[in-house]
Formats: sequence, structure tokens, C-alpha cells
Amino acid sequence: MIKTALTILLLTTASATAGEIWVSNEKDDTLSVIDDQSLEVIRTIEVGERPRGITFSKDHSVLFVCASDSDTVQVIDPNTGKVLHELPSGEDPEQFVLHPDNRHLYIANEDDAITTVVDVETRKVVAQIDVGIEPEGMAVSPDGKYAITTSETTNMAHWIDTKEQSIVANTLVDQRPRHAEFTLDGKELWVSAEIGGTITIFDVADQSEKAKITFEVKGVHPDRVQPVGFEMTNDGKYVFVALGPANHIAVVDPKTYKVIDYLLVGRRVWHMAFNGDQSRLFTTNGVSGDVTVIDVESLKPIKSIKVGRFPWGAAYRPT
Amino acid sequence: MLVFSVFFAAAATAQEKLDVTIGYLEQVVPPPPVLSNLEPVPEDQGLAGVELGIKDNATTGKFLKHGYFLEKRVVEEGGDLAQAAKELVGLTPLIVVNAPRDDLLKLADAHAESGAIFINASAPDVDLRDAECRSNVFHTMPSRAMLSDALAQFAVRKKWTRWAMIEGRRDGDKALASAFEKSAAKFRLKLEARKSWNFETDMRRSAASEVPIFTQDLPDHDLLVVADEADDFARYIAYHTWLPRPIAGSEGVVPSTWSASVEQHGAAQLQSRFRKSAGRDMRPVDYAAWLAVRAIGEAVTRTKARDPRTLRDYMVSDKFELAAFKGRKATFRGWNGQMRQPIPLSHPRAVVALAPLEGFLHRRNELDTLGLDKPESACAAFGN
Repeated sequence: MIKTALTILLLTTASATAGEIWVSNEKDDTLSVIDDQSLEVIRTIEVGERPRGITFSKDHSVLFVCASDSDTVQVIDPNTGKVLHELPSGEDPEQFVLHPDNRHLYIANEDDAITTVVDVETRKVVAQIDVGIEPEGMAVSPDGKYAITTSETTNMAHWIDTKEQSIVANTLVDQRPRHAEFTLDGKELWVSAEIGGTITIFDVADQSEKAKITFEVKGVHPDRVQPVGFEMTNDGKYVFVALGPANHIAVVDPKTYKVIDYLLVGRRVWHMAFNGDQSRLFTTNGVSGDVTVIDVESLKPIKSIKVGRFPWGAAYRPT
Repeated sequence: MLVFSVFFAAAATAQEKLDVTIGYLEQVVPPPPVLSNLEPVPEDQGLAGVELGIKDNATTGKFLKHGYFLEKRVVEEGGDLAQAAKELVGLTPLIVVNAPRDDLLKLADAHAESGAIFINASAPDVDLRDAECRSNVFHTMPSRAMLSDALAQFAVRKKWTRWAMIEGRRDGDKALASAFEKSAAKFRLKLEARKSWNFETDMRRSAASEVPIFTQDLPDHDLLVVADEADDFARYIAYHTWLPRPIAGSEGVVPSTWSASVEQHGAAQLQSRFRKSAGRDMRPVDYAAWLAVRAIGEAVTRTKARDPRTLRDYMVSDKFELAAFKGRKATFRGWNGQMRQPIPLSHPRAVVALAPLEGFLHRRNELDTLGLDKPESACAAFGN
């Protein structure tokens, strides 16, 4: 009874900033749009083949979608759901990151061992940079100085100087790096390694390794604890780490690098996005085809929402 | 000040140029005559995997100033393998071998004192991981026991506990059949019958009339296991058996280190890279050869060394791990040099299961439920 009341309370004290969570469904060629108040899918939008990475422009006026098997990045009007135009992306774009200048999109071309830089205004390729095999994770530092590409089979984070559009450092990480993020203050770079089962933290100042986080989920063999996507809260309190086939999200304290908690979510959790005030986290669960909603304050999963087949990326926009 | 900054620059990059030559040694064994010509064995089987592995290593290496080069010796039937091995060992101590068991043992023994490491990418013989192991031989090809254990786990999961088996007459068929029999016992399945395939007729024309009669006297079973390593007759058995039963082993649900239908865990990317590079699908020997080259590459990347002693120590240590596109890290067993790895069970159009299956537990590593575990292996050469 208390639990029910609490759930209702959680559901009704929803965030003040209304918005939507957009989810790419890799094996359905669609996007599911979730209303962050009702926690229901309100629209399903058809896009190109095998949509994976998705991100909004800084003003949320357009959505960029990596349509991997269509070899293009689609630019979508989120209000109408219509494709406005496509960007030249190089082959098999998987993930990307938008530079703080709101113009340069850094795209990982998974099949080609290349990072492509596209100017989203002129719609032209500005540079193509040779990186390691199977580039995947993409990050950009808050000051815009570095873009990072991680390569899954080369097991490195490649540090790209965004002025020169060339690599200035390569740092080894554990097997199969999947995702990279800078901390808000720009001082640290975090990189997850799926098969290695770790997150490596680098000091941005000299690119040296600062710490390494390992994970341990009760009842799950260590080989199946595979960190992939992760997101940090703006208040510096938590980092949420998707552990893939371990079906859990790890909650990490970014000050101590210690794992505080493990939260059970759907099967094969990939990526995630916060709502506007970061009171809720939405995780994409590839195998179970749903999204788990986590209440950030209580660190409790509160709902799972059925979306399309193999949900992969997630992005938020206010409405 | 200048001196300091020069020193600092050197320390910051800390990258010494390192060129690594990997040798590939193949003894060509003409495939035995088989009934069907649908899938000829490609002539570059093994080599194509090595070539892709070298490319992959080089892509990684260029960021570390590590260069990778291939020296190959492909010895035709009746050629001088010993001479080719001698030449290769003179060029590099890191050698991927695609040769039958006896040849592998001969060259490993001939070069035991040289410090060279041989990585076996083709011979599945169990004894090479057992009493006939060598301290200078690693294996990326799984043993027959790993394959048969994978199938047995799947059968347990499906509750297909009664097996009947048909085996070919070649040595490899018999060895594979013995591995299946051992696995059945290990996982408490019941092998009801073991029958030898003895036809000389062309099954392409007569399977519909011959196979029902041949299988009629088998006791009732849940799964018909076929041991036909050369891919000769197994394909003609399906759908012709007296009892309607699923088939596994060399046909139907096939345990193998790799197949064209493996696509998860990023495997689709390796498959497409290989197709681009070789112009055909990746076969198990190609995959094992690729793994061998990548294992050397990974050891070089992490140790920044190329001497076989350092690389060997690293490969058998807990630090070594390799992403092998099968969902779990591949490592080497410290007691016999066998690479631990998941085994896909697949048919030509999909992966049916990935062993080790859930629920098969092991106190150290679930992958050690496949093949010879430490207490089962008589290998003493590794000393671990």
C-alpha cells in the first residue's frame, strides 16, 4: 500500500519541464517518441535503415539520426517528424556528437575506420580522419577543443584536435570501447569498454589514465557485465552506466569512482537519456524492446515502456 | 630547459617504433573427395584470416608506431615443410600454423629450443591440448572436445537426452564421434547407438531410399548426431531419417568456432570486413587464424614488445584479453595454451545458441565448461 502510494506520488510529481524522450529502434527503422509526463509512446516516426545514434541541435529545432544502413545522417523536423534533408556522413554512421559550435557533427563510420566531420549548415564534409577499427563512441569536450572517437577493435580513444581536425593523442583502453563522455568541467574523459568490463577515466590535461572502474553484479558472471552507454548528472552526483547483457544500470559516484548501486532494468541495456530537470532517466533495453524509467532521486525503476524492436539511442527535447 | 622539454616530449609520446613480423606456415592438405561440390574448400583458407588480422593489427599499430608484416610459407602436398619452417623461424619467432597434428608436433619439437611460438589455427585434435601438448604451441582453433561439449550443453538445455550417432570412416570422423561420446557422458546424456556410415553409392540420387533403411534400426532417440568432419555425407541425411528427428554435429545444428551466420556482438562487422578483404565468407580456420594474429597483436600493443618470451608470458597471464566478436573476452588457458572462447551452435541461416549456455557454471570461468578443464588435462608442458 505504501509502495503503491509512493509510486503514484512519483508519477504525479513529474518534472515541471515537460518534454519528450526520442528513442531510435535499430531493427524497426523507426523512432518512438515518449511523453515524459504520461510516460507513453505518443508518436512513432519512420526513418532510414538501422537508426542508431540520435541527437538534437542545441536549440532542439532539428534532430540528427544516424541511419547506419542507409549510409546517411537524416535531419528531421521534430514537430512534423518529416525528414528535412540528409547529410553526407560517410559509410555506416553509428554514433556522432555535435560540437558546441552547433555546426560540426563528428560522425563515427563504423565499417570504414574513419571519423567524418560534417558542417551541418553547408551540408558538406569538412574532414575525414583515419581512426582505429570500428569507431564507435563519440564525445566532445565542453570547450570544444577535443573530439573523441573510440575504436572497438583497436581499443583506443583517439583525441582529435577540432581546430586542426587531426589526431593529437591515442590512449589505450580495455577491450571494445563503446562510449565516451567528458565531465561537465571538462577535466576528465570517461571511456567504457564493453568486453573489458571497465570504465577508464583520463585526465584531460595530459591524457594520462587517472582511474579505472570495475563492476560486479550479483548472480551475473563478470564476462557478462559489459559497460556500454553512460550519462552523468549535471549536479556531479551520479554517473549512470548501462551494463548491457547484465540487465542492470550501475550508479557511480563520480567523485570517489565507487559504484553506489545497481538497478535492474530491461534486457541488454544500451543507452539512456535524462528528462529536462534530470529527475528521471530513460534507458533503452535492446533485447526486451522497451525503455525503463528510473526515478533519479530514489534510484528506483518506476516503469517500463514498450517501444520498437531493438531500441538503441535516446535523446531529450523540451516541448 | 631545452633538455627538459625534449625529454618531456619523448616521455609523453613514449612510443618506440616497433616492427613485428608474423609468420604463416601452411601444409596444404588436399580435401578428401566429397559427394557434393556445392561448397569447395577455398584455397586461401587460413591465409585470408591471417591477412585480415595483419591489416587489423596494422590499423591499430599505426597509432603506436607498431608495424605488422607477414611472411608466409605455403607448402604444397609432398613439399618440404621442415625446410619452410626453418626458413620462417629464421625470420620471426611468431608463427601461425595451419597444418595437421603430426606436422605441427614435428615442427614444434624441431624448434623447441628456438624460443619461437607456434599458434595452431587448424588442428582440432584433443591430445594436442592434453598429453601431447607443447609449451611452444598455443591453440586458437577449439578442440573437438570444446565443440562436442557445446553441443551437449545445448542438448541438455533442449532435453534431447537420448542420442544416436552416425559417423564417417575417416580418422577425423572417428575422433569427432569419440568427442561426442565423451561429451554425452560428461553431461549425462545417453548415447543409444553409434553407427558407421558405409555407403559407396551416390547419395545425391539415393538418399531418399537408402537413409530411411539405414536409420531404421537405430533405437529411439531425441537427437541424431552426425560426425562427418570433411562434410561428405551429412548433408544427405536430414529429412530422410526413419524417425523424424533433429540433426546436429556436422549438419543441422553445428558447433563451430565461427560460421557465416554469426552476426551478434559486432560480428557482422568482422564478417563484412572479411568479405571485403577475401571476397568470400569467413570459415572456422580463417577465424582461428585471424584470432591468432590478433592475439599476437594484442600482446604487442599492451607490452610494447615483440620478443616471444614477453609475449608468451603476457598471453598466458590474467592481463591478456581479446574481444573476439562472440560476446565474451577470449583468453588463453594457462594449463594447455588453448584459447577460451564461446562456441556458436548454428545452422546456415541463424545462430541457434551460444555455448556456454546459461546455467552451466564453473567456479573459475564458465568458458571452461567447454573442452579440457585443468584437472582433466594431462598437459604438463605449460607448468600452470
